Amino acid sequence: MSELRFEDLTVRYGATTAVDDVSLVVPTGRIVGLVGESGSGKSTMARAAVGLAPVESGRILLDGEPVPLRGHRRPVQMVFQDPFSSLDPRMSIGESVAEPIPRDVRRAARRAEVARLLDLVHIGSARADARPSEMSGGQRQRVALARALAAQPAVVVADEITSALDVSIQGTVLNLVRELQAELGLSILFISHNLAVVRYVASDVAVMHRGRIVEQGPTAQVLATPSHDYTRDLLAAVPGTTRRRSPR
Amino acid sequence: MTGTPSRRRHLSALRTPLGVVTALLAITVLVLAVVAPILWTDSAKAVDTDDILAGPSAEHWAGTDNLGRDIVFRTLVATRLSIELALSATLIAVVVGLVLGVAPQLLGRRAGRLVTASINIAVAFPGLLLALFFAVVFGIGATGAVLAIGLAGAPSFARLVQTMVAGVVSLDYVAAARTAGVGRFRILVRHVLPNVAEPLVVNATIGAGGALLAFAGLSFLGLGVQAPAYDWGRLLFDGVSALYVNPGAALVPGLAVLVTGLSFNLFGESIAKAVGVPTQGTALAPRTVVAPRRSTDHAGPATEAPVGGTDDVVLDVRDLEVAFPGADGPVQVVRGVTFAVRRGEAVGIVGESGSGKSLTALAVSQLVDDLGQVDAERLRFLGEDLLTSDTAARRKMLGTSMAMVFQDPMTSFNPTRRIGGQLAEVSRHHHGLDRKQAMARAVDRLGAVRIPAPERRARQYPHEFSGGMRQRAMIGMGIMGSPSLIIADEPTTALDVTVQQQVLDLLAAIRREDDVALVLISHDVTVVGEVCDRVLVMYAGRIVEDLPAADLATAGRHPYTQALVAAVPSMDTALDEPLAVIPGRPVDPADVPPGCAYAARCPLATERCRVEDPPLAGDERGRVACWHAGEPIEPMQLSTTRTDVP
Repeated sequence: MSELRFEDLTVRYGATTAVDDVSLVVPTGRIVGLVGESGSGKSTMARAAVGLAPVESGRILLDGEPVPLRGHRRPVQMVFQDPFSSLDPRMSIGESVAEPIPRDVRRAARRAEVARLLDLVHIGSARADARPSEMSGGQRQRVALARALAAQPAVVVADEITSALDVSIQGTVLNLVRELQAELGLSILFISHNLAVVRYVASDVAVMHRGRIVEQGPTAQVLATPSHDYTRDLLAAVPGTTRRRSPR
Repeated sequence: MTGTPSRRRHLSALRTPLGVVTALLAITVLVLAVVAPILWTDSAKAVDTDDILAGPSAEHWAGTDNLGRDIVFRTLVATRLSIELALSATLIAVVVGLVLGVAPQLLGRRAGRLVTASINIAVAFPGLLLALFFAVVFGIGATGAVLAIGLAGAPSFARLVQTMVAGVVSLDYVAAARTAGVGRFRILVRHVLPNVAEPLVVNATIGAGGALLAFAGLSFLGLGVQAPAYDWGRLLFDGVSALYVNPGAALVPGLAVLVTGLSFNLFGESIAKAVGVPTQGTALAPRTVVAPRRSTDHAGPATEAPVGGTDDVVLDVRDLEVAFPGADGPVQVVRGVTFAVRRGEAVGIVGESGSGKSLTALAVSQLVDDLGQVDAERLRFLGEDLLTSDTAARRKMLGTSMAMVFQDPMTSFNPTRRIGGQLAEVSRHHHGLDRKQAMARAVDRLGAVRIPAPERRARQYPHEFSGGMRQRAMIGMGIMGSPSLIIADEPTTALDVTVQQQVLDLLAAIRREDDVALVLISHDVTVVGEVCDRVLVMYAGRIVEDLPAADLATAGRHPYTQALVAAVPSMDTALDEPLAVIPGRPVDPADVPPGCAYAARCPLATERCRVEDPPLAGDERGRVACWHAGEPIEPMQLSTTRTDVP
């Protein structure tokens, strides 16, 4: 199991600096939550970790080594926000899950691995031939998780994986994330704008604002005694924390 | 279920009359291309020196040419060459187009740009001009013409491929494949090409029709097939010179070109229409008018009338139904919804996607799209009957008294016009203010929705506003008049939490100041519970519970209400237990089970629930539709298994 470390990372798109000299550690076997508003750079961090964003300066290390971004072995895997565009509609979910399995694995072993993964995410191996169009958003998101796990990753980056889901389905995915982390000892960078969700899954949290991390620490501590103004704003804005109903 | 959805869509192309006719024609032509030369080559070659350039007769239906050969047989036999040439030209266009179109994806950034630029330049040349140019370059003759027409068709096909490929490449599943270590070429073959194949095949079919016509043109100009070989264009060329002696000699091959070209083109178009490939704009369907339901339809109201007097009722909805045409008859998405909103009251509507909550709001605001059929026993807004036909006066009344706020503030504004102007338009249109007064009002309203420096902001374009600010401007547009009701459909779902709070606060403030009623639709029970006085919980197109917002968190009586509340993690959710989830899947509106629609997912469901649909029964605490309303649910039952596979 492995530690993912961002060291002084800067990412620029043209003139805008999306991530500005950020350092962050995802320790072995922990879930680190990354919260912030849209445009704060949290998704760019995720994309940089898997080589989908151009790194201007700084390093992204996996156990002290640069994260490999070429070739077939990719120890950092990502789960995307929108389960409706992250699965190829033409491929069965079994084929999608099989894709990242190393090429040298034999056919029978591949099939067994797909079945194991689909069982692991509670989709059931019997549904390997189903198309994404037959599944709900929550089920698709769990298939996407299985696909990420098929690459035998050391670290999984989950980018807003529940924000496109109905709240009623969100729970199944969150339960699964916690369960997988506990069973497999995965290190997970869990990105979300929802503090209640992050509080539920992450042991540590980092708050991002305008391309910088303004506060980080154990979740309970950050949420109980926030030190940065922006963190306090975020906490005050969680719906249900204050009742502002107009008097009638 | 038989066959894949895409196959069924292809077959549905054959269900239209045009699809059937053109498919049959195209098949006939292809069969002719194969069998005609085998059967009739001799007849077509037979020289009848007694009958040179003869007109139609019993022996020669369309007469003969200058060697006395039968025109009809020659036209039939020419089918093979004509089709062969057209198809080979299409093949060249497709192959070259594919290679050029996908090249930018396989090459590096710089080389890719070069290819893209060259395609763009090539597309700018007229196709026929290119064909003539290539025909001269490759020399006169069939081979030259094939190359010419093929290469002339390639740029536009390349452009099409390129655009479609670029669309697929930007999707997350391609990004996922890249992070899984799949190579560029493999991504192209596995993910990209299969997902663009359908429209490409359709466009190639249409292209084949075009190539056929182009060929006839080139041969007719004498640049294509040379004697003694003959295709339709060549026959036309020969026939025209003898047009006054025997018109049939030109008309028959001309007709063959016309029919074949049309059948390919229209067959391609009808498949395109069936599979949803855009080719050209289709005419708008006529607007459906909301029809008042005949009162004999229902013996009595299926649900209880809302509690309270009627004098201060802003919105009165009784037994609202919305249906859309489906594969097997109309699909009822909203199934008899009854509620009322009183002056200044905030009513929330919650439910999962597909529960019909948004459609209920759209039906009330007369915005259900053209395919939807809205039906109700009563639909009144400020005493005005919305079931009567649309009039200018009513549109004006709706325009000033009812405001809509949608989920995506980016698409709610016209991106090419300044915000201030768009707001002012409302007042100029509905309140008869002049330009200056309307603009002043717009600036005032932007200030009212707490947009800083409203005068400067009014002169800006939508893209210069942040998401939250656009949403506030949208609300500002709604209060240009003095609305009695604001309908907000997921107004904060696309916004950040901090901004969400500002928008919710703003809605609450507007309500307080002007006693405006609010209907807030959301899938998030916490948002609704915070803002509203009363909450309607919808499931499978029905209201299953109507309760005070204060009761939502703890005193919901319907098991679905309780499950919705329990499923959302809050800042004090226990961390050592799994979250409660609702097992199973939401009901498919096309397949609503008998009895209570929630029974399959409900921990309290009994035999009666599966057979008999519970009515929405009212009492002093609200309304609830459940045979087991208020019965306690064991925590074990609520936080059920981890899987949601039915």
